[in-house]
Amino acid sequence: MSTSLRNNGAALLSLLAAALLVAGFALAFFWAPEAQGDPAFRIFYLHVPVALTAYAAFGWGGWKALRLLWTRDDRYDLESYVAIHMGVIFGLLTLVTGSVWARYTWGVWWTWDERQLVLFLVLFLFYSAYFMLRFSTPAGPRRARTSAVYALFGVALIPVSFLAIRLAERYIHPVVLTRDPKIESEMLLSFFVCLGGTLALGGALYLVELAGKRADARLRELRELLA
Amino acid sequence: MSTGEKYVAAAYLVLFGTLLLYMALIALKVGRIQRELDELTRTARERAGG
Repeated sequence: MSTSLRNNGAALLSLLAAALLVAGFALAFFWAPEAQGDPAFRIFYLHVPVALTAYAAFGWGGWKALRLLWTRDDRYDLESYVAIHMGVIFGLLTLVTGSVWARYTWGVWWTWDERQLVLFLVLFLFYSAYFMLRFSTPAGPRRARTSAVYALFGVALIPVSFLAIRLAERYIHPVVLTRDPKIESEMLLSFFVCLGGTLALGGALYLVELAGKRADARLRELRELLA
Repeated sequence: MSTGEKYVAAAYLVLFGTLLLYMALIALKVGRIQRELDELTRTARERAGG
């Protein structure tokens, strides 16, 4: 993909994200009915899309890692790293927004009894440790391959974390789309608009971060050439 | 504003706060890249002239 196309892609995705997020939050606050018994339910329109964006970013990082191992093309190393970086940011946002919701609904910021929460935390910590592994190894093909293998292992945790919320027998974490409070069509539409917005936001941030890292790499190259 | 609404506002502020922080970091990074590019351009021009 050419640089100008990538930069235009970031600009287009940013505009799309802004439009969808404004529309989604407006729908969630002014159009979708309030869920019964939970005045803080509107956090759902932020918390769940952000969590799904984190999964998507980790999955994208894993895909790029697989491409690196498959083709040995170095550019996938940076792409995988930036995707995981985004996943960690969205993962942290998921944990913080979830904690705020939990504090209101359950009366606690965090509970260790819920496997679903703990599994998401494990996924988040696993990918946070990716940076320790990456920066403790000198740059080069060996680091790229080790990081790619680690990123791929993490992908296995994504379905475990996602399905744990759906398969748990005893749970307090809501499973809103399939089980818990009956979700109405207005709520569902608002949710999907918000999800589109956070995915576009994640994509835009990914492209901006990638452009910054590539500019840094080119500057380093130039400095070496002019030294 | 009810307590529930306060929690909703707090959660949304977390997202916007993070976005603003990220924008500030990107602005700093772009500023640094611009400074380094200026420096490298100057060095390249000096070499070409000398």
